[in-house]
Amino acid sequence: MALLEVKNLHTHFFTREGVVRAVDGVDFELERGRTLGIVGESGCGKSVTALSIMGLIPKPPAKIVEGQVLFEGRDLTELDEGELEDVRGRHIAMIFQDPMTSLNPTLKIGTQLTETLRRHLGMSKDAARKRAIELLEEVHIPNAAARLDDYPHRYSGGMRQRVMIAGAIACNPKLLIADEPSTALDVTVQARILDLLEELRKAHDMAMILITHDMGVVAEAADEVAVMYAGQLVERAGVQDLFDRPEHPYTEALLGALPHVDEEHVRESRLTTIPGRPPNLVDPPEACRFGPRCPYASLNDSCTQVEPQLRELRKGHWVRSAHPASERAGVPAEVGA
Amino acid sequence: MTKFVVRRLVWTIPVVLLVILLTFTMMKQIGGNPFRQTERAVPASIQRNLERKFGLDKPWYVQYAQYVRNVFTFDLGPSMVLRGRSVNAIVKEQFPRSIQLGGLAMLFALVVGVPLGAVAALKQNSTADYSAMVVSNVGFAVPSFLVATLLIYFVSLKWGLLPTSGWATWRHKILPPIALGLGPMAYFARLARGSMLETLQQDYVRTARAKGLRWRRVVVVHVLRNSLIPVVTAAGPFLGFLITGSFIIETIFAIPGIGRYYVVSVQARDLSVTMGLTVILALIIVVANLIVDILYGLLDPRTREARA
Repeated sequence: MALLEVKNLHTHFFTREGVVRAVDGVDFELERGRTLGIVGESGCGKSVTALSIMGLIPKPPAKIVEGQVLFEGRDLTELDEGELEDVRGRHIAMIFQDPMTSLNPTLKIGTQLTETLRRHLGMSKDAARKRAIELLEEVHIPNAAARLDDYPHRYSGGMRQRVMIAGAIACNPKLLIADEPSTALDVTVQARILDLLEELRKAHDMAMILITHDMGVVAEAADEVAVMYAGQLVERAGVQDLFDRPEHPYTEALLGALPHVDEEHVRESRLTTIPGRPPNLVDPPEACRFGPRCPYASLNDSCTQVEPQLRELRKGHWVRSAHPASERAGVPAEVGA
Repeated sequence: MTKFVVRRLVWTIPVVLLVILLTFTMMKQIGGNPFRQTERAVPASIQRNLERKFGLDKPWYVQYAQYVRNVFTFDLGPSMVLRGRSVNAIVKEQFPRSIQLGGLAMLFALVVGVPLGAVAALKQNSTADYSAMVVSNVGFAVPSFLVATLLIYFVSLKWGLLPTSGWATWRHKILPPIALGLGPMAYFARLARGSMLETLQQDYVRTARAKGLRWRRVVVVHVLRNSLIPVVTAAGPFLGFLITGSFIIETIFAIPGIGRYYVVSVQARDLSVTMGLTVILALIIVVANLIVDILYGLLDPRTREARA
């Protein structure tokens, strides 16, 4: 049994402007100790997927309208708030994008670390404090014992993210969800945070969901990749397979949009973009959501009539498209070129 | 922190000097004379003697300097109208009642207002929220004299539960603080609600929930404390305003507090009483704000550090 199985997840926001289908069909599995990268552009539903797993979506207006989140076989969408509180922080931990705002400015770092330990592991004050020092050392914060009594404003952004990570691994969770953990940080700090995550994931034998919009980060850290577009999972494969043989036109376009620094005249060449804009999620295209932007949509009019389903093209490579790359023979040139 | 408090206390000296100067100038500008009352006209010779006795015949800067000297020796001088009574004696006798009234009103405002706002925020858009905000709007809109009158009419006269006026036993000390504190209570409820709603949206509250903390702890430790900061900021001026006495409430409930004296002294041109009370009230407000700033530092470590 996989550690985490997300089946046909649909999370909608019921707003005055209509129903926003933020997550509208996400399926994936994650084995113990593996890293899944979820990629996609802003607003594609990556974070809402993560918050849905955690049971942290804002209710109201959001609601999981369909689907299951099976964690060790138990459906988290069925749990009440109290049961979810026992899972969060204990078995599934999460860190967020902006470490500057994710720590409580009025509480000492020590308090923010020990409260998790005391809540889930029932540690005494002293034991929790001792463990908190070890945790800070584990995330490489120098002079940990003294820094425990500092407030967050004394920490830099990178240090705060380290504190967030220390808090997340405090109870040895089986799954760590990292939502854009390095995006808000200085470029020089980003790599170190990602390295730290990988180091700790190995040391604690955790599985990890790494949400990012950075293909480079995914290539570096993930075992498997899920690509999301407009609330749906459109492609899922092993990281090697995905980068070598992307199938979905959107994934191809994303990879095509990466700047190539090895090319000659790189400074003169323009960055490649994907024409068009992602659809409005209140009223998305009825059939294929990528259809309006897809260069292959004209090949076959099923794109505007039939919603493509996620199908396994080859072992471990899933795609939601009527025109995956390997089924196109002699069709137009490269996407986005 | 000690350094901060000392520095703030030193700063009260120029504040008091300025308050004295402004009050002094304004009292001189309205004209009139404490001894020239129509009903008991005083012969011109006696009036001159009186003016000499209180130093009113000297140039204004001499009077001002003399007065400042008095204030800094904690002697606010004799009343010019009430014979044989010093301002110090008046303050000593009347002021504790006003402090008590204002303190109780403040307590009422905070103890009822903040939880009301907190519940409204936690149950946003529910019936509880709407009811709390209706209570708050009414409390804010209805003037205190009307509240006082209604309370006396129903609670004291119709139901005979509490005395109508006076300030002797604890039973006298229930209605006036409610009447005085209702407006501030409504204000605090609104402020607390808005502040709580904003805090609930903060990333660190999401972090606290992601850690699996019990909802009660999330609210008490992570939300409440942070949302109290604006409430505390507003509470300072309110505290000063409430404990310096309310003319209206003290009059309606016949409480011999300082508020009534203050108004009467201005009308009677009792310069020394007006000046003395103004100085005291200014000091109270300075101290109230200082207390707020200290509390602020306790709530928010960032401000604490900025002061060090």
